[in-house]
Amino acid sequence: MMEWPILSFLIWLPIMGGLGVLIVGDRYGARQAALLLAAITFLISLPLYFAYDASSGTMQFTETFKWIDALGIHVNYDLGVDGVSIALILLNTFMTLLVLAASWDSVKERVAQYMAAFLIMEGLVNGVFMARDALLFYVFFEGMLIPLFLILGVWGGPQRVHATIKYFIYTFAGSVFLLVSLVYLYTQTSQGSFFLPDLYALTNLSEHAQLLVFLSFLVAFGVKVPLWPLHTWLPEAYSQAPTGGSVMLAAISVKVGGYAFYRLAMPIVPEASHDWALLVVVLSLVAIVYMSLIALVQTNLKKLVAYSSVAHMGFVTLGFFLVFKLQGLAFVDANVSGSVLAVQGAMVQMISHGFVAGALFLAIGMLFERMNTVEISAYQGITSRMPLFAAFFMLFAMANVGLPGTSGFVGEFFVILASAKAHFWVAFIAATTLILGAAYTLWAVKRVLFGEVNSSEVNKLDDLNRRELVILSVLALAILWLGWWPEPLTRLMEGSIREWMMIVSPSDLMPVVKGSS
Amino acid sequence: MAAFEIARPEIFLLAALCVVLLLDLFLGKQSRVITYLATQASLLTTILLVYSSFFNRPDKTVGLDGMYMVDEMAGVLKIAILLISILAFACARKYLRDQDMWRGEFFVLGMTAILGMLIMVSGYHLLVLYLGLELLSLSLYTLVAMRRDDAQATEAAIKYFVLGAVASGFLLYGMSMLYGISGSLELNTIREYFTNQPDIATNLPLMFALTFIVAGLAFKLGVVPFHMWLPDVYQGTPTAVTLFLSSAPKIAVFALVIRLMAEALEPAQSAWSQMIILLALLSIGIGNVVALVQTNLKRLFAYSAIAHMGFMLMGVVMNTHEGHSAAMFYILLYALMSAGTFAMLILLGRKGYEVTQLEDLKGLSGRHPWFALMFLLMLFSMAGIPPTAGFYAKFAVIESVIQAKFIWSAVFMVVMSVVGAFYYLRIIKIMYFDKPNDQPPIEADMDIRVLVSANGLLMILLGIFPSVLMEICDLALIASRL
Repeated sequence: MMEWPILSFLIWLPIMGGLGVLIVGDRYGARQAALLLAAITFLISLPLYFAYDASSGTMQFTETFKWIDALGIHVNYDLGVDGVSIALILLNTFMTLLVLAASWDSVKERVAQYMAAFLIMEGLVNGVFMARDALLFYVFFEGMLIPLFLILGVWGGPQRVHATIKYFIYTFAGSVFLLVSLVYLYTQTSQGSFFLPDLYALTNLSEHAQLLVFLSFLVAFGVKVPLWPLHTWLPEAYSQAPTGGSVMLAAISVKVGGYAFYRLAMPIVPEASHDWALLVVVLSLVAIVYMSLIALVQTNLKKLVAYSSVAHMGFVTLGFFLVFKLQGLAFVDANVSGSVLAVQGAMVQMISHGFVAGALFLAIGMLFERMNTVEISAYQGITSRMPLFAAFFMLFAMANVGLPGTSGFVGEFFVILASAKAHFWVAFIAATTLILGAAYTLWAVKRVLFGEVNSSEVNKLDDLNRRELVILSVLALAILWLGWWPEPLTRLMEGSIREWMMIVSPSDLMPVVKGSS
Repeated sequence: MAAFEIARPEIFLLAALCVVLLLDLFLGKQSRVITYLATQASLLTTILLVYSSFFNRPDKTVGLDGMYMVDEMAGVLKIAILLISILAFACARKYLRDQDMWRGEFFVLGMTAILGMLIMVSGYHLLVLYLGLELLSLSLYTLVAMRRDDAQATEAAIKYFVLGAVASGFLLYGMSMLYGISGSLELNTIREYFTNQPDIATNLPLMFALTFIVAGLAFKLGVVPFHMWLPDVYQGTPTAVTLFLSSAPKIAVFALVIRLMAEALEPAQSAWSQMIILLALLSIGIGNVVALVQTNLKRLFAYSAIAHMGFMLMGVVMNTHEGHSAAMFYILLYALMSAGTFAMLILLGRKGYEVTQLEDLKGLSGRHPWFALMFLLMLFSMAGIPPTAGFYAKFAVIESVIQAKFIWSAVFMVVMSVVGAFYYLRIIKIMYFDKPNDQPPIEADMDIRVLVSANGLLMILLGIFPSVLMEICDLALIASRL
């Protein structure tokens, strides 16, 4: 397997394919070509899961080439994946395939450009999850914005321009600080290197520098995740994006932020992350509670799911930064410490949220195609007209609530368990999501699905067609599978998370903290 | 004769220029295309001469009694200037025909301007540098005024001429003071003189000279607070001339800055770096902020040019090899981007109609998806968003700035890039998100279509393989001892 550059394929096949689709244009089956490319990419990504040696948890399938070596800048094209990256890559290739399938009928103008944008975005996001060189990471991380910008702006809703530009400026503003930090770190390495392990090994950073670097990471990735209070772009972007755009934003783009915390922020500046963990924990808790409350009063289905996304992503950052509050506590059994549980919970939550939010947005998109509105008040009693759809929607809603047996339960449960070890009140506040989440989700479900049909338009609704049925069934299966049997996923990631623990672990950073202060 | 060997490309260009001038006299409007072809042929030959005779030198070669010099940097910059001029002339052919300005003077004056630029790049003597600059400037003043019956163009030309003359005066005055202090006009002698001066930072006459020289150069580059002429000139000038004026001369002025500041006055670096940093940061700030409120595309690009020049200067002022080569990389890319954007405006224009306002681009992607995509790539590149080439230019400069421990300047620069991104995004928004108004199709020959497409594709290709151009700059400056 090592000789075959499978990772490069996963980046460049969709990008080149996307360009091909773009050049060929609308005349010759852009839809079919794009779907085929996405399917091939998904198939190529599958061997990663099977061939990856999860027990060691190291970076595998690595590829290294010299990329830039001039002007005193040394950047390598360094790729590699660990268990966590693989899980996210699979999520990405899987969701892109579904999104392209789901957009079969709903996109009617500039089809080729639409399909191409998604394929290019898929390749760039894969690159983010694979990069082992900080500058390469940055290039993919920023490059992602261009296709997303166009997807939102060209095919979005009536207020798309405002939402799109806001989204772009927010994320761009966040990430320029990231660039300065990365270059600063580069100048601090002995040879001048953007290679992530070299950055992890930096020990000569002053406390002040660490803090500034940490804050820049927090802003850059906090905007993506999004962390309260940097989330204000999100409801607008989600609600104005076309269905596919909302799905990609919710399922993939925000995961990039979470992944970046895992891959860059915490390992590079563990001391500062440790010192400021409480801040992130508090912000995550605020997101969980406050965003859930805001979701309660939404009248727009997409906005409701958007706010609930922020709340759910709060669990991700909470899980990550709990690590610093938990280190060394034995939990469940001697092998699984609480902190591994917390990070695993966060990771499972990322994957699960990808499925659940993606499914919800796809389902809402299907309603939108029929009625051209996502206002909750426009719907009532659609169960009688669309029983199949209602069943799926109910399942996704339950997964969003975190009902045991669905994927939503696993991650949240892990994180809440771990936080109980850290502090009772952290766990208590995090657990309120189970009530608040149930409140806003079920209330919305009640208003949309049940009740008397009182509009003639609802009366004319058709149930799911075969294509939609397949898409939703696949997602439903994924959600149930992850809910009942998360072990394949946790086993895939566990070794890598342990490796990662070694880097961020306070046990070897404690002396450094004492020494520097 | 052998002594003139060192200036062979310039001498050829001068001869060719005279031939083209004479040739044009015998050509009518119908056959003027011959003038155009002869011009392009002479430029291509000049490139070959530069490439064949003065390339791959390990060190500087000084000739003509120490007045003229060629080195690797000069070679690369000359070829870049000539290539971009070829692009500019190709676009000008379409524009001049469309706008009923199809006259031979454009090409002749363009060639004299190019000759001036080549001399600026290779001059190693204050007077030669000054003469090169004046040859360039005088040709440009005339080019700007080419549309004689247009009030705006005349205003722009007069403004450009008056302010340009003042700037030249500043520069000449500063140079004369340098001569007074050091007793020499040759750059390497000046450098030696200042190397041996003990208290360079408190040398009052030198400070005086530096102030004038920096002000003069800042005028020519269009750096805040000497930038007032730039937006008016960009706007008033026929687009073909704006294209030319906004790209190749910037490279030549960059060479002038490097020769004067980084070579001759390198020992006095502590004295001038503060001034230039201040000007550069002001440009980055004011250029980007003022560009936000522009509705005229040419004015918008003028303010963006001010900001870009500030970025480039930050590389120069770091006074390290990395900084200089980052600045060179930046200026080459900038010239390419600027030429590309104006070429795009020319491509989209047609007989009696020019694209000047932002509104004119409405719904471009619906009408011409391919060229909209090319424009998008150029604009993202100007904004410095990866994976386009412009990102690496900004990145290289920021890297050298941080390397030199100016971290807060770097933070300021990136924050201003975010502001800058906003107005580029606004253009993209107008092209992609707005509904098209009815516009007839593009009328353009294949050559300009290909050139514009190549320019756009280069933005992404150099974004994926940035080291190609970076290495050229790096190696050239190593060979030039910078």
